[in-house]
Amino acid sequence: MSDLSHYTVNFGPQHPSAHGVLRLILELKGEVITDVDTHIGLLHRATEKLAESKPFNHSIGYMDRLDYVSMMCNEHAYVMAIEQLLGVNPPKRAQYIRVMFDEITRILNHLMWLGAHAMDLGAVSVFLYCFQAREDLMDCYEAVSGARMHATYYRPGGVYRDLPNSMPNYEPNRWRTEKEIEILNENRQGSLLDFVENFIKAFPGKIDEYENLLTDNRIWKQRTVDIGIVSPSLARKLGFSGPMLRGSGINWDLRKDQPYAVYNELDFDVPLGSKGDCYDRYLIRIEEMRQSTRIIEQCIAWLRANPGPVMTNNKKVAPPKRIKMKDDMEALIHHFKLFTEGYIIPPGETYAAVEHPKGEFGIYLVSDGSNKPYRLKIRPAGFTHLQALGELSKGLMIADLVTILSSIDVVFGDIDR
Amino acid sequence: MINNLSPITFLFIKIIAILVPVLICIAYYTLAERKVAAYIQGRVGANRVGFRGLLQPFADALKFLNKEYIYPAASNPILFTLAPILSVTTAIAGWAVIPVSPGFVVADIDAGLLYLFAVTSLGAYGVIIAGWASNSKYAIFGAMRSMAQVISYEIAMGFALVGVLLLSGSMNLSHIVEGQAGGIWHWYIWPLLPLFIVFIVCGLAETNRLPFDLAEGEAEIVAGYLVEYGGVGFMLFFLSEYSNMLLVSALGATLFLGGWHSPFESILFLSSLTSFVPVFVWFILKTFFMAFILLWVRWTFPRYRYDQLMMMGWKALIPTTLMWLPIVAIFIKLGVL
Repeated sequence: MSDLSHYTVNFGPQHPSAHGVLRLILELKGEVITDVDTHIGLLHRATEKLAESKPFNHSIGYMDRLDYVSMMCNEHAYVMAIEQLLGVNPPKRAQYIRVMFDEITRILNHLMWLGAHAMDLGAVSVFLYCFQAREDLMDCYEAVSGARMHATYYRPGGVYRDLPNSMPNYEPNRWRTEKEIEILNENRQGSLLDFVENFIKAFPGKIDEYENLLTDNRIWKQRTVDIGIVSPSLARKLGFSGPMLRGSGINWDLRKDQPYAVYNELDFDVPLGSKGDCYDRYLIRIEEMRQSTRIIEQCIAWLRANPGPVMTNNKKVAPPKRIKMKDDMEALIHHFKLFTEGYIIPPGETYAAVEHPKGEFGIYLVSDGSNKPYRLKIRPAGFTHLQALGELSKGLMIADLVTILSSIDVVFGDIDR
Repeated sequence: MINNLSPITFLFIKIIAILVPVLICIAYYTLAERKVAAYIQGRVGANRVGFRGLLQPFADALKFLNKEYIYPAASNPILFTLAPILSVTTAIAGWAVIPVSPGFVVADIDAGLLYLFAVTSLGAYGVIIAGWASNSKYAIFGAMRSMAQVISYEIAMGFALVGVLLLSGSMNLSHIVEGQAGGIWHWYIWPLLPLFIVFIVCGLAETNRLPFDLAEGEAEIVAGYLVEYGGVGFMLFFLSEYSNMLLVSALGATLFLGGWHSPFESILFLSSLTSFVPVFVWFILKTFFMAFILLWVRWTFPRYRYDQLMMMGWKALIPTTLMWLPIVAIFIKLGVL
């Protein structure tokens, strides 16, 4: 009889809780995990190489497709890197808009995470509640950029355009009565800021609802407390960032420690965990959503009071107004140059990092003085976190592996790049 | 006219009379699950096939029947086919002893409760055989988990039912129901409330429902024992799951909620006001209420882990039953109950 002490199971890439395309080879003793072999790269799209062959602006859209649940934060890092090399300063209003959308993105990401995490632990309804809330935030994306996910809204020197004064409404159709459409459109009558404000007012109540279902739930606690404990030293050694790091009690948030955009003008708290288990990370992400609503509130107030340009007036970087282009020779030349060749960045290198919902998302950009990056290196947060999976899940059961994996908050768009 | 029929024919008619409504109920229970889930989650649910989706169960069944039946190359074809059949047979056989109204039961046997217990335990073999015959790693996990679950929860379930036996002094389900005559305060749920809760928890575990759906555990072991099944095989497992759920609901209604007895019996005015309602309606209402609770629980809670499930079975449920049984026995001896 053969030796049956080990059992090798292929976990993914087609597995409901592999969060995309992760492949794990598990060595099991019964249901207890003795070894985890992580295989990544199934979603590799060569973004870094691709960026080398395109003018700088063309790659903003690829940034959306890296971590496809926190799109605008990725853009922010890339755009910041270009701005640093160019020495361009975006106007303040653009900075506020960026911060507001960064925080909207944080809520989007954490909602997606919460839904997926709850679903992996069996609470399917939470997933749908989260997606209902996400829908409104997606509409904000749509209102400013026309796309619900891959916005390409941030541009070097500012943002693509100012916040719209009207929200897209639901149109009459044969599936819904006029009354239902009216109810759906009720909060879409004002500007985007009104819509966001409306959402922000209602959102803490919604978070309470999710917490009602989970936070004090006995089963939820049994499944998450003391599971996947990340010690502070391990977190430091492996280069953790974001909620994974703060879950272990280390106070490190780029928004506070290396303020970018206008975060130093805003008032918010950074939640910290004590134990570093899945439950702590859950509580931190919930609290981060609450803090994000605070930040967005302040941004709305500022944006209401301070109208102004949202794009730099450096004509070498920002395209001219279309109407101006019609009768201004210089504007026509700038337009032509920008949309054919792009702009040229003086030789140099830079690293720009933002506090992405998942952790530190960094862009290392090298320019050799041409209109394309010489080298673009993306530092995704999830990649470093995924390294710890084996260490965290050894000696636990398959069900715990699923909990840990989803509590790490992995998205393969940016891990595989 | 009934006297002219031979006993066999009469039995056959009775079987049809109970089986057809049960099968229809099962079919619509699947739709009810989708609808209840949808409304809990703020959706609309299936509403495309027929009026408000009422024909959905038949559309589902037709689709399953049209699928090719695939055997995995490494499977044992005989066991692989046998497993769903065994599972669905036992799930439906249990209905034989459920009394719908006085005298209306296919098999009015004195060991009714024992028979039910035996038949539902046998259903676990369907799962185990399916996991083994599929010869797939995830399926084996499902079978393994199911086995462990059955062993630990069968005991607690059994003890919960012993309480009913103590009170009624009979294993015949009709007698048990008759013992609860006289209005809502005479139902066994009141003296046996802890056992009733244990019964519901075990019922959820026995039917592999969330928070105990470890044998399926779609987030962990994909679909467990079901992973290799498609088409008719899958449908039969599906049927048996819903049939088992309804059976547990009916059993709960029979054992703890007074079966066909109206809750308003011997209550002034209300009993005469509701006397026009046929008795089986009460039974059906109670069953549906229980069935709704099963759905409600599923769409609210997260899933237990395998070892936590065992822990709860052995360290919480069985001690609860063991504690409550002597108390009930003492009260019976004292003549209070």
